Amino acid sequence: MSHLALPVLKNGQAVALADLSELPFAFFRDTVLGAVRQGLRLACLCADAQLRMFAVLADDAGRTLRVARTRLEQPRYAALTPECPQAHLFEREMAEQYGLQPEGHPWLKPLRFQKSWIGGEASPQPTPGALDFYRVEGDEVHEVAVGPVHAGVIEPGHFRFQCHGEQVFHLEIALGYQHRGVEQALEGGPHPLSLKQAETAAGDTSIAHTWAHCRILEGLAGFSVPARADRVRGVALELERAANHVGDLGALSGDVGFLPTASFCGRIRGDWLNLSAEGCGSRLGRNWLRPGGLQQDLDPRLAERMLPRVDRAWVETRDAVELLWGAASVMIRFEAAGHLGPAQAREIGAVGVPARACGIPMDVRRDHPFGPYETHPAVPALAESGNVHSRAWVRWRELFESHRLISEALADLAASPCDPKPTSLPKLAADSLCVSLTEGWRGEVLHLAVTDGEGRFVRYKIVDASFHNWFGLALALRGEQISDFPLCNKSFNLSYCGHDL
Amino acid sequence: MSQPLLSTALNLLLHALAVLLLPPLIPGLIAKVKARMAGRTGPPVLQLYYDLAKLSRKEAVFSRTTTWIFLAGPVGTVAAVLVASLMVPFGHTPAPISFEGDVILFAYLLGLARFLTVLSALDTGSAFEGMGAAREVTFSALAEPALFFGFAALAKATGSLSLAPMLVGHGLTPQAQGMGTAAHLSGPLILILAGWSIVYLAENARIPVDDPNTHLELTMIHEVMVLDHSGRPFALVLYGASLKLVVLGALLVDLLLPRLAHGWMNWLMFLAGLGGLALAVGLVESMTARFRMTKVPQFLLAGVLASAFAFLLLLV
Repeated sequence: MSHLALPVLKNGQAVALADLSELPFAFFRDTVLGAVRQGLRLACLCADAQLRMFAVLADDAGRTLRVARTRLEQPRYAALTPECPQAHLFEREMAEQYGLQPEGHPWLKPLRFQKSWIGGEASPQPTPGALDFYRVEGDEVHEVAVGPVHAGVIEPGHFRFQCHGEQVFHLEIALGYQHRGVEQALEGGPHPLSLKQAETAAGDTSIAHTWAHCRILEGLAGFSVPARADRVRGVALELERAANHVGDLGALSGDVGFLPTASFCGRIRGDWLNLSAEGCGSRLGRNWLRPGGLQQDLDPRLAERMLPRVDRAWVETRDAVELLWGAASVMIRFEAAGHLGPAQAREIGAVGVPARACGIPMDVRRDHPFGPYETHPAVPALAESGNVHSRAWVRWRELFESHRLISEALADLAASPCDPKPTSLPKLAADSLCVSLTEGWRGEVLHLAVTDGEGRFVRYKIVDASFHNWFGLALALRGEQISDFPLCNKSFNLSYCGHDL
Repeated sequence: MSQPLLSTALNLLLHALAVLLLPPLIPGLIAKVKARMAGRTGPPVLQLYYDLAKLSRKEAVFSRTTTWIFLAGPVGTVAAVLVASLMVPFGHTPAPISFEGDVILFAYLLGLARFLTVLSALDTGSAFEGMGAAREVTFSALAEPALFFGFAALAKATGSLSLAPMLVGHGLTPQAQGMGTAAHLSGPLILILAGWSIVYLAENARIPVDDPNTHLELTMIHEVMVLDHSGRPFALVLYGASLKLVVLGALLVDLLLPRLAHGWMNWLMFLAGLGGLALAVGLVESMTARFRMTKVPQFLLAGVLASAFAFLLLLV
């Protein structure tokens, strides 16, 4: 059967499970594989304790989402990964969480070193990093192990390189050190703490995750957010993007030892963060959004005060980053490292900055518009080469777009009065499923919720852009110099906790 | 007779004091220049003195995989560079030790220092440190010829194999050759300076060859070799690195300094020269990114060629 028979879903729209017929597994598998062959993206594949399996297929060109579900008879099934590498991490995740054995999976290893979710207290707690790493044998081949404790103050992750001299043959990445059990904590919700948990799924992507979570609740409750609140959310998301992109460009510059941009951007990132703090009291955008609207509305006078500060930060950002593009010694470094081509990026389902850096025009803000982006579209920034330079360039072009969107939104907000305080949401729809996507600064953020007969979450799935992209980093290192790894790593700048949840 | 003896003793004392006390100032100056260029306040110029004082009161931690070689590395390195420093004249003040052929001893003492650092890095058995050691010896194998060709050129110019006459009495400046004062530098001198400047950046692990400030183990060259040192041995490592900045810096500065009437003026001139060098290094580090590691050999080769051409020019 073709994926065209699957129900069409819009971003953030709830669907009753009754309207989502349960396919036999063989049908489900063929449909998903057929859809991926036709260019759809496997945005999410997850299971729940009742051996139900859900797949979200994103048709970016067709601007739709399609959802398929199935129920397994027994905890084993024919793996999708051999024909669809995008499923690789999802299947490892399901094997770890629910003991679902993907038969024929070529790379079945622990993913987050978490305890089985169905085994109860008796199930063993795996040791993080205790993994059968891929090894290259040979006289002059050596292995370099980095992390999980690094020389800088960064998140923990373990990197195992197989090297021949300075050249990397293979890199394997083992994560899971930051696993906190966010998805499990959200089950049975929404609890009073759920919003906080979604907010901190990836601490530097608060707004994107909170917004996705809010839209899940709003979709399940059938509530539509006032347009002004959506504009404010847009400002929050773009401020988050601007601060992180500025920080990344500075850090990229620092990694090649180019001081001017590194130092300036370090400070200017603070200016962008302070604008978020102006809006909600937190530099990381905490406590800004809430289901149904905003925790803190943006006063018209405040919006007016923020406008000149945005412009000043933008002028300084441009001055600092243009130094980078003007330095030949930096350009040589950026262009020589970390190539990830469009074919590989598509195959592994890369999203966000790394995908756009190799010319794949994909941006949730345009493809599956949400909130203000339906009326105020964002143009995706593209580059072609798929190397460090391209990823830096995409960030740079996105800053232009973010600045434009922030300025326009603030100008409109300055001219419109605040909404009345939102009331609490109506009850969530029972036995339903909702998928919500947002475009965080790293890329696509997906939240998926399935409710039970009382409208409580029986399964809450979070997919950060990092989850799709970590494998891209490993591929980008193939055949590269090991000394270029930090630069490549920074050009992806993926989230450890967003992956580990 | 007593007058020259007194001044010799005084110079010896000053030389020893300069070698022991001056070096930590240079990294501080470079860091200050870099910070100012980046619009930051930066750490105090005396930061390295504070760091050394702090480290000297800290206990060293030794890994179980290491042997006595691990400790011999920093101790031996500093000892070798200290002895080498006695053969270098600081400006036009004569060097405490000077004899025919001391240039060979000087070069090999520096080689010994590197050898000991590399050994102590390998002694840790860490993949990082082994990688750093491999990089260090690869790059220094290319930097050494540049140093030696420079020495050969100066030996040809002066007919001496002693550092003091070679560095300060090379007679390569146009004034010395009676060619007037219009040009301050002659061809061979420019080439030696160019070649040795590259050696200076490479040997002292500065940008564009290495990045002394990076915290990224995989890109380090020199820093990664000393990652496992702590406490007093680490203080020695830091002091040794700054001493190398002074000793190799003296080679560069000596080539350019004019002789002045009084001893104290020569001393001041030399100190000003070192300060200028720190400023130059800071400026280079502020304006360029680090090379990709595969490009470093080409950069070092440029240094070898420059020195080699200086030698060729003096041969004909």
